[in-house]
Amino acid sequence: MALVLVDAGGTNIGSVRYALQRLGVDAELSADAAAIRAADKVILPGVGAAGPGMARLRGLGLVEVVRSLTQPVLGVCLGMQLLCAHSEEGDTDCLGVIPAVVRRFAEVPGLRVPQMGWNRLQAVREHVLLAGLGADDRAYFVHGYAVPVGGYTLATADYGGPFSAVVARGNFHGMQFHPERSAGVGARLLKNFLEL
Amino acid sequence: MLSRRIIPCLDVRKGRVVKGVRFRDHVDMGDIVERARHYRDAGADELVFYDIGASPEGRRVDVAWVERVARELDIPFCVAGGIRSVEDARAVLYAGADKISVNSPALARPALIDELAEAFGVQCVVVGVDSLRDADGEWRVRQYTGDPSRTQVLARRTLDWIAEAQRRGAGEIVLNCMGSDGVRQGYDLEQLAAARAICSVPLVASGGAGTPEHFRDAFLQVDADAALAASVFHSGAIAIPELKRYLRAQGVIIRQ
Repeated sequence: MALVLVDAGGTNIGSVRYALQRLGVDAELSADAAAIRAADKVILPGVGAAGPGMARLRGLGLVEVVRSLTQPVLGVCLGMQLLCAHSEEGDTDCLGVIPAVVRRFAEVPGLRVPQMGWNRLQAVREHVLLAGLGADDRAYFVHGYAVPVGGYTLATADYGGPFSAVVARGNFHGMQFHPERSAGVGARLLKNFLEL
Repeated sequence: MLSRRIIPCLDVRKGRVVKGVRFRDHVDMGDIVERARHYRDAGADELVFYDIGASPEGRRVDVAWVERVARELDIPFCVAGGIRSVEDARAVLYAGADKISVNSPALARPALIDELAEAFGVQCVVVGVDSLRDADGEWRVRQYTGDPSRTQVLARRTLDWIAEAQRRGAGEIVLNCMGSDGVRQGYDLEQLAAARAICSVPLVASGGAGTPEHFRDAFLQVDADAALAASVFHSGAIAIPELKRYLRAQGVIIRQ
């Protein structure tokens, strides 16, 4: 299986690659449109802010490339947020394949932003991406902006209210947490994506 | 609900894990990757690696061991020590670290925090604060604590520095209360509570853990988001699985 990690400047790209290696898959890092289009599966990793993230994709000429992919695509953390229509972070138009607006966590007393730590995943829809997910399973989140719950939501987590932890629409999927840093739970969900 | 984090801290010197008492007299504790694997298997929620020699010796953190850890580890880890610029941080983050922590270099040049937050987002930027109470009753910040001969007492009040660090873009604060570090008499709850009151980002308690009750107090009394410890874990005095069972029984939300 040819798996391409979109090399658009996300600092977690090495960690995602190592996680895939632990699952026996050697992913190719690429920013080349032809290589990305030809892949069996594509992962869009990402850490940082939405504006610079989209600017990098635009600069590499990858906006239309990613939008038009038909194979399974997985956005991780910022990568998932970039799949959405718009982000409040820097008032940024994103890729628009998931019909959602990414919003900053509400100002709630005692709620620390960014959310940083292990939060419980709650499946809200049955989906092969969630196969084997247990009721008390937690994943590692680090983010200040979140995707609201919608028809695309497969699993939620709760931080001053529910938000989307896992999303899917057509061939596009997203995980807000870091599967590459979520121990056995993260490995399981990454493996599910590899087996789609 | 988010769980409270248990964070073993591994002080690193010349590629080995070491631990000193009150920041002095460093003893070899073993190979970095081996220790990282041990704590991951025990249920640590995150690891912090402090290259304690890097800042005082004026060198940047060695990226080779960061990459070795990143390949092996499937829980988050933070690297501290010797990060003075966006380029230093980029090297460590690309080697696979999830967060970088700045301490002495941020005191020397506070704009470093702004630059790191701008380049990588606040979620990557941890500010470590080494603090000690002075004779006049004020908590003040210490610099270059990795080397006792170079450690400096700053005029900067600890709480002022925590407030400034957040304004500049710190995504997390690790408050290391040096008076209690390594002596296992408990976290400095008074100082941590004062920090908590002005800290709207995650706060990590550090320095003084000796018993499971100390962790409970940091979470339930001070509302710390995470508790960091070194010697009690390295010596085996506290095993993380039992600590987590105890904290769950005390009503603390903890990852299984």
